[in-house]
Amino acid sequence: MTTYIIRRLLIMPIILLGVTFLIFSMLQILGPVQRSALYVRDIPKTDSQVQAIINRYGLDEPIYKQYYYWMVGRVDTQTGEKVGGVLRGELGYSRTGRQPVSEMLMTRFPATLELAVWAMVPIIAGGIWMGIKAALNHNKLVDQVSRVLATLGWSVPTFVFALVMLLIFYARLDWFQPGRLSTQFALEVSRGGFTQYTNMMTVDALLNLRFDVFWDALRHLIMPVVTLAVVQWALLLRVTRSSMLEEMRQDYVRTARAKGLQERSVINGHIRRNALIPVITIAGATLAGLMNGVVVTEVIFNYPGLGKMAADAALQLDVLTMLGFALFNGVLFVGAYLIIDVLYVVVDPRIRLS
Amino acid sequence: MTTTNEILVPAGRAATLPREENWLRPPSQLEKAVGPEWARLIKGILTNPLSVLGILIIIGFIVVGLFAPTLAPAPNASWDPYNIPRDGFLPEPKPPGTAWVQNVPSYIPAWYALTGNDEWVHLLGTTGGQYDIWYAMVWGTRTALIAGTFVVAVSAIFGMLVGAIAGYFGGWIDEVLMRIVEIFVVFPGLVAVLVLSSVLVPIFGRSIWPAVIALIVFGWMGYARLLRGDILSNKERDYVIAARASGAKDSLIIMRHVLPNAIFPTLVFLSLDMGAVVLSFAALSFLGVGVEPGYADWGQIVSFARDYIISLDTFWYVIVYPAVALLLYGLGWNLLGDAMRDILDPKLRKA
Repeated sequence: MTTYIIRRLLIMPIILLGVTFLIFSMLQILGPVQRSALYVRDIPKTDSQVQAIINRYGLDEPIYKQYYYWMVGRVDTQTGEKVGGVLRGELGYSRTGRQPVSEMLMTRFPATLELAVWAMVPIIAGGIWMGIKAALNHNKLVDQVSRVLATLGWSVPTFVFALVMLLIFYARLDWFQPGRLSTQFALEVSRGGFTQYTNMMTVDALLNLRFDVFWDALRHLIMPVVTLAVVQWALLLRVTRSSMLEEMRQDYVRTARAKGLQERSVINGHIRRNALIPVITIAGATLAGLMNGVVVTEVIFNYPGLGKMAADAALQLDVLTMLGFALFNGVLFVGAYLIIDVLYVVVDPRIRLS
Repeated sequence: MTTTNEILVPAGRAATLPREENWLRPPSQLEKAVGPEWARLIKGILTNPLSVLGILIIIGFIVVGLFAPTLAPAPNASWDPYNIPRDGFLPEPKPPGTAWVQNVPSYIPAWYALTGNDEWVHLLGTTGGQYDIWYAMVWGTRTALIAGTFVVAVSAIFGMLVGAIAGYFGGWIDEVLMRIVEIFVVFPGLVAVLVLSSVLVPIFGRSIWPAVIALIVFGWMGYARLLRGDILSNKERDYVIAARASGAKDSLIIMRHVLPNAIFPTLVFLSLDMGAVVLSFAALSFLGVGVEPGYADWGQIVSFARDYIISLDTFWYVIVYPAVALLLYGLGWNLLGDAMRDILDPKLRKA
């Protein structure tokens, strides 16, 4: 097991390097002139301005040099200051956000994190709990209904579900509204007396002991959370159910029953624990699916997170923001997959010993 | 003279044998034509009610796509059929049944009498900017089918090639190729495709190509991993060792034995991918990096509703029709893929 973990840890920097290669090559698809417009706040208008930017950032030098500059930074030959450098945190300037890309990522990340964490509640509770229930009542009504709902949930494209939710719960019923906070609370929050500890609205509201803000933020979160959760919940339900069914067929279950154990002990003590192992393998897919869902969901519900940032940037062809977002995702998921791989090996003794 | 089968099993008895002893019965016509594994798969998907539903849905879409010029004729002979006709430029969507004034289809097809109208009306209404929804839906079916099939075919071929090379050669080639796959897989699908599409737009313009290329570039990895895994697991099997021992070349073994067996999980993946690609494509169009404005595509129609989210219950038709189309399309391929998976996965056979 330790050799496996060490191997994964050693490969991780190589993968990260490969990720930066991929993003850099996406950047290189554009020629130096097109790229020069990305590096500064105002789009350069004259040829000499364009050339000045090309010289400053070294945009027409050989590719391997450009990669070096892009990663580490470059000393501007004329002014002597250091510019650029992904490793220095310089991801460029975002035209759509009117701030440096790295700053934008930092600001928007907590909102998306809040959304994702709240979404995990229905995903895990609903998916796993219902999957277990469906497997235990195999082929009965609960099972059939769950399977149909899961197939439907899996087949509905996220943005369709989001729009339908908006149609029903906002346009028709006006129970929930898009956005993050109602205008009155948004004003209160920005005015003062409300400290932003984590930039996550629900957490901050609780820390500030403002339960009205908490409730308002929660109301605004319900629709995006449900939309995000639907697709992942369907997947989790299916995997949990099939894994439970498989475990229930195993010999050790028969042994346990023959030993005289109560059915409930058999289920809780043995089956469920083992059935949840394959769930870890799809944790990665669930996380990726969440990120995909976030992009579309935030756009439709006007939620100011990373997804909306990416969608706005895509619409305006703001390449640097997009690439910064891609890099962020790359780094995040390399780490996440590493953790998941290690977790899977740790949890399942059968893998350890094989 | 009785056949061997009749000696082992008296005539007429074969039909009453339990399934596990079916090997005693003589092969059916289908089995003689395509082989026992394919016959089992085909029979399976044609008898499972859900998969039949999926197949019917898919056939329905294909029929609509085929008959697009008749279902939604273009306004004139030189009109690019994928360009949605605009009945003026007013920003507010019009409800179903509104009269069609400008850029009307050039003739009234035979089936139109069923709608009960004499002249062309907007059967499903218009979107913001007066794009006819019926036309966009019909020709969008063609877009979905053609673009989707193209993306899946190219990514499948490329992915299987990479997987076959990795599986066949093994060793460091396998390691390197799998690391490259891992680098691509790290990015969540839609995120990566969105980024690459927006980078490609300055080069290809706002056409269908940025999205198609991006979907291929980030879509091949699943096929590579699948085929490689299959080849590797088959390599250890006894029949391969036996074939090798009797002197058969490695390439022959792979072509004749391993690949035909490895194709089945790939089929499942293909089916699910067909649905997923079109849904991703629609999401990209909705976010504005899919196709040029005015191109017939389901996601495009929905993107025209972005400005009208508040008054959604008045303009519901802009969203509901493409939503239903997308849902049905994904459902059809998902049902088929799930059914194939249930048939091919031996563990679930007895469930």
